[in-house]
Amino acid sequence: MGITVVEVTKQFGDFVALDDVSVAIPEGSLTALLGPSGSGKSTLLRVIAGLEKPDGGQVLLGDDDVTHQPARARGVGMVFQHYAAFKHMTVWENVAFGLKVRKRPKSEIETRVHELLELVQLEGLAKRYPAQLSGGQRQRMALARALAVDPEVLLLDEPFGALDARVRKELRAWLRRLHEEVHVTTIIVTHDQEEAMEVAGQIVVINQGRVEQVGTPRELYESPANEFVMSFVGPVNKLGDTFVRPRDISLSLEPEGDATEAMVERIVHLGFEVRAELVRDDGQHLLAQLTQEEAQALELERGVIVYAKPSRQTVFTR
Amino acid sequence: MATNAAAAVSRGAVLGRAGGGLARGIAVGYLSLIVLVPLAALVWSSRSQGLHTFWQEVTKPEASSALKLTVVVSLLVAAFNALTGTAIAWVLVRDSFPGKGIVNAVIDLPFALPTVVAGLVLLELYGPSSPFGVDVAFQRTGLVLALLFVTLPFVVRSVQPVLLELDREMEEAAESLGAGRLAVFRRIVFPNLLPAILSGVALAFARAVGEFGSVVLISGNIPFKTEVSSVYIAGQIESGNPAGAAAVSVLLLLISLAVLLAIGAFRHWRTRHDR
Repeated sequence: MGITVVEVTKQFGDFVALDDVSVAIPEGSLTALLGPSGSGKSTLLRVIAGLEKPDGGQVLLGDDDVTHQPARARGVGMVFQHYAAFKHMTVWENVAFGLKVRKRPKSEIETRVHELLELVQLEGLAKRYPAQLSGGQRQRMALARALAVDPEVLLLDEPFGALDARVRKELRAWLRRLHEEVHVTTIIVTHDQEEAMEVAGQIVVINQGRVEQVGTPRELYESPANEFVMSFVGPVNKLGDTFVRPRDISLSLEPEGDATEAMVERIVHLGFEVRAELVRDDGQHLLAQLTQEEAQALELERGVIVYAKPSRQTVFTR
Repeated sequence: MATNAAAAVSRGAVLGRAGGGLARGIAVGYLSLIVLVPLAALVWSSRSQGLHTFWQEVTKPEASSALKLTVVVSLLVAAFNALTGTAIAWVLVRDSFPGKGIVNAVIDLPFALPTVVAGLVLLELYGPSSPFGVDVAFQRTGLVLALLFVTLPFVVRSVQPVLLELDREMEEAAESLGAGRLAVFRRIVFPNLLPAILSGVALAFARAVGEFGSVVLISGNIPFKTEVSSVYIAGQIESGNPAGAAAVSVLLLLISLAVLLAIGAFRHWRTRHDR
């Protein structure tokens, strides 16, 4: 079911969390709400879930206006950053919860919970309590619990934020596969641009309660709508009014054309990639990104003088 | 370097062990001095009379009637506290209203007030000269009222911090899964509060069993009607029958211990997965 948010506003005291936000989430998509902390992305998710009442505007699930419906009537599945596991219930009881409060027949609950535990690979742990699970397992349990009631919409609020880097990477890939299998309209809130780009088909960039840009990961990276998006979706060099991605700076040892002179301050090896931190005569810092081979060919090391030339740059008109 | 670090670690461990030993020593010594020795002395003084005297004393009609009343009323008061205490804690944590800080502070007053004063005040307010026209003095109702007053803080103060720490997202998750408010409370909130409620109930029960000051005035101490064990015991001492006082005390102690252990065991069983 598609989600339409129309001119939603939400204030907490003097703080404007959402300022006239309108977004359309296509049915079956996996969309990321991306923004820094305090940008309003979680509030938007909670408004869609019905856990927060907007001050103005509308929320539509499919064609139904659910703005005034309580969370329990919306048929959304919600997953929280800190799992929100029912700690007094077993894994099995956690997953069965939604079905039990809906008073589904026992046999149906039995089959459905079994199915879901299999889907999230927790079959062997059904009798465990949340305290006996790892963070990754708890979050998979929370996902199964949310999916148990066949939600029209799946909402994930920083679901991998509390997990360590390796587990986070695993779960992202797993979530993508899961989405391909289940096809439920999914929104994931994250402050991590890499996570958004890796997981989502569509990204909504939010800043200070406003939508800055909506697009595919590639669109955001290649043609950011403004300064904020440009600098939020990846590292960037700001040279006066122009923006250059570190990848778009080419280095050479000989002066040529309008290339500017700079000194290598630090070299960071990131496996295949090498990051060179440069400083110009006028004190301006530059970040350049090149491959291992390129760096080797240039024999880059601290103190080497290079000539930097942006191969592609962006200027935003205000 | 490594050996230094290892030495530091083991020194820390030794210190930790020594610290643990010291704490254990203090705990054991203190508990013995304050609790175990007096209790043992009590049991001893009743035992020295012989089992026969003990049995005779506790089965005296007046003694057993007081014992029964004490236990029943204390259980009643403790159960009532479970309800009201949880409700008050809920309001103090989840609601906001002007004067909440004051109400929160007032909760502890029954602890601060000398119990005899509490009894006196209750007698003034709900006795024969009640300004509200409510006279429950020298009745069991008056007894219950006095005990409710002095046991008020226990459940409130044990539930409050747990409710404060309770993960609100658990409730939101339950709500999004289709649970109504009542179902959220019954299936999510209550099971998580129950251990704390039980702790408060156990404390309230223990306090009610031993309470003397606040009940001695308002209950009227009518044998077979409003006389509780603590007052009966005091009477036995005054009338020169320390054996009777000791015997009833020991039985009261045993009953309390049994109830506290039962509540503790239930609580232990309920929280077996949190450990």
